Amino acid sequence: MSGLEQRIHDAVHGQTQPTVTVLSSLLAVEDELGYIPKEALDFVAGFSKATVNDVWAVASFYPNFRFEPPAEHVVEVCWGASCHLVGAMGVFKSVLEAAGLEDEGDTLDKRLTVRFNTCLGACSQAPVMSMDHHLAGRVNPEIAGKNVARLLEQEGHGE
Amino acid sequence: MASSFLEIGLEAGRRWQKLTAGDRPWIRVGTALCGEAAGAFEVAAAVESELASQGVSAEVSRVGCLGLCFAEPLLDVQLPGGHRVFYGNVDPTSVAEIVSAHVGDGAPVTAMALGYLAQEGSDAPVPDGIPDLDQHPMRVWENRIALKNAGNIDPMDIHQYVANGGYQALHKALTDLDPQKTLDEVKASGLRGRGGAAFPTATKWSFLAGNPATEKYVLCNCEEGDPGAFNDKNILESDPGTLVEGVIIAGYATGASKGYIFIRHGHNGPIDRCRAAVDQARELGFLGENIMGSDFSYEIEIALTGDSYVAGEESALMEAIEGKRAMPRFRPPFPAQFGLFGKPTNINNVKTLAYIPEIVSKGGEWFAGIGHDTSTGTVILCLTGPLKYTGMVEVPLGINLKDVIYEAAGGMRDGKTLKLLQTGGPLGGVLGADNIDLVLDFEILRDAGAIVGAGGIIAADETACIVDLTRSLIAFCQYESCGKCFPCRMGMSHLLEVLERICDLEGTPDDLTLMRSVGENMQAGSLCGHGQLGFNPVSSALRYFGPEFDAHIIDRTCPTGTCLTPRFSPAESRR
Repeated sequence: MSGLEQRIHDAVHGQTQPTVTVLSSLLAVEDELGYIPKEALDFVAGFSKATVNDVWAVASFYPNFRFEPPAEHVVEVCWGASCHLVGAMGVFKSVLEAAGLEDEGDTLDKRLTVRFNTCLGACSQAPVMSMDHHLAGRVNPEIAGKNVARLLEQEGHGE
Repeated sequence: MASSFLEIGLEAGRRWQKLTAGDRPWIRVGTALCGEAAGAFEVAAAVESELASQGVSAEVSRVGCLGLCFAEPLLDVQLPGGHRVFYGNVDPTSVAEIVSAHVGDGAPVTAMALGYLAQEGSDAPVPDGIPDLDQHPMRVWENRIALKNAGNIDPMDIHQYVANGGYQALHKALTDLDPQKTLDEVKASGLRGRGGAAFPTATKWSFLAGNPATEKYVLCNCEEGDPGAFNDKNILESDPGTLVEGVIIAGYATGASKGYIFIRHGHNGPIDRCRAAVDQARELGFLGENIMGSDFSYEIEIALTGDSYVAGEESALMEAIEGKRAMPRFRPPFPAQFGLFGKPTNINNVKTLAYIPEIVSKGGEWFAGIGHDTSTGTVILCLTGPLKYTGMVEVPLGINLKDVIYEAAGGMRDGKTLKLLQTGGPLGGVLGADNIDLVLDFEILRDAGAIVGAGGIIAADETACIVDLTRSLIAFCQYESCGKCFPCRMGMSHLLEVLERICDLEGTPDDLTLMRSVGENMQAGSLCGHGQLGFNPVSSALRYFGPEFDAHIIDRTCPTGTCLTPRFSPAESRR
């Protein structure tokens, strides 16, 4: 068994809650690896006595799943209405500029993923962004750009 | 064998006494998602390192949210036997002074203090020169029932919940009431579902109670995807014990065998705190076999979903727990006949269930005495947008919406004026500023074209463009359409396409007719509320702001200039 296969096996078998499903198994893999490799689709299908088609149907439905290894860091910008009204578009533009990206996605050197989030849950502190899942509220384009720059100075999370 | 409830209560009381009136001060830092975004964890860490470096002894707790989110990071100091003194917008650099002067020397830093909260049973004088926080505009209108412990107790410590009346309602239900009498109290309360549909809770419960099956489920819905609403997550982060107790009592009243609490994956604050509350309840014998010595046995499991707004719809939620795509089911059969894994099931929102312990403790009639007409009790509102005071308030239904915005939330910040309110989440509606002289009541708000929904109220000032806001709401709805029903899947895309055209000042007068026609089809041809209500943002915007649409379409101008600035949207929301 390769290292990757071992990690998938351990993540799926390590679930402690009573209700284990295709979705819960995929979430366990996502937590462990930060993405769903093809091997995980096969493994979860076998484990759940489902077809790969069934597993892919679930994996492709939820936008939190990604199918290639994560970049070192991830920045999310909330685009919910509360954040939109107080400047989320300007924040997003600034984040893209700081990342050197034209649009949502990964930088070429895989150091950073930038993505929208429908609601980060801290609407009272809008506009909100997150750096490696740590929330920062009341940001503006200037602070947002600096947050991205500071993040890129750090080592990655070493997935 | 777990200790008796009486012994647990005595132990919890001793611990609480030690915390509040022991030999050292108690510092509480608000660390719900709102606090986290404001830097509360950094402040809490700064408090701990200052205590260590100054050699000052104090208890530090990471509590939930008091509702005053605008003032976060928010921390308070309670000297032994004294009152709580709060410091707002605390910076890690100002922590040193608070620790040395207040915690160390017992002298509150008056100039920095936001206010004090008088503590029951304390005979200490109230601090001089510091305002009473209960007189703060955001707190004077409040009547805290579901939120009574929020911001006061450590959510990771069940003993603090028990010391504040926790699990007395369950004890009462198990010893003094039977399931039917428990359900009767909920019926007498007039409680209606707080997730959006406002369906009478007792009626829903009676469907499940009347089903003779032995395996039945109660589901608690904390999917909460509404941008602008965070009260469900906040309850889980601030006082998960109340929710867990509510889920247990719901199981008892309906004869259910198991409860599920359903949360979106990735919201780790709510998930971790809820897990702790469930595990600790089990350790103390409030879950499991023969709860509190009765013949009632019950378990609670926490189930996680992936990112999906529609997973908050009751039948899609069951699909997600079963591990499938979160898509709504055909009904009938209704969940009370054929629900999760085919078993009879009830689905309730977090807020609804968080009211249950107080309703059982104080009686349904007490709850029914609060509120307005058939909208009984309180409503938990999330106030966001460019308001002076953003945050979460629990106010009696029947309060005037104007008072909520201009008094409790302090009106708009930076001298701006209110243009509109967007209520009830993305499927809710907007109200023009001239039309908010309305009593908060499920029916009154619905008739005005907006809804109470889950309690999110987003305010916008005159710099906001209604067409741009409507486009943003529909972009969300389009992104989140699960795709099962084509009138919703394609209708949302059509609406977004038209709205983008209008934002680009390239719309035509026919576009409004086209949107209405698409909206009618979505309403008629969709299985769940997402498509059925999905035209609300557009229809309510047209109702109150028709001329602003005309300005874009006929005069080819965006009066606020918003539509001329760059616009971004998720790749997946593009056609």
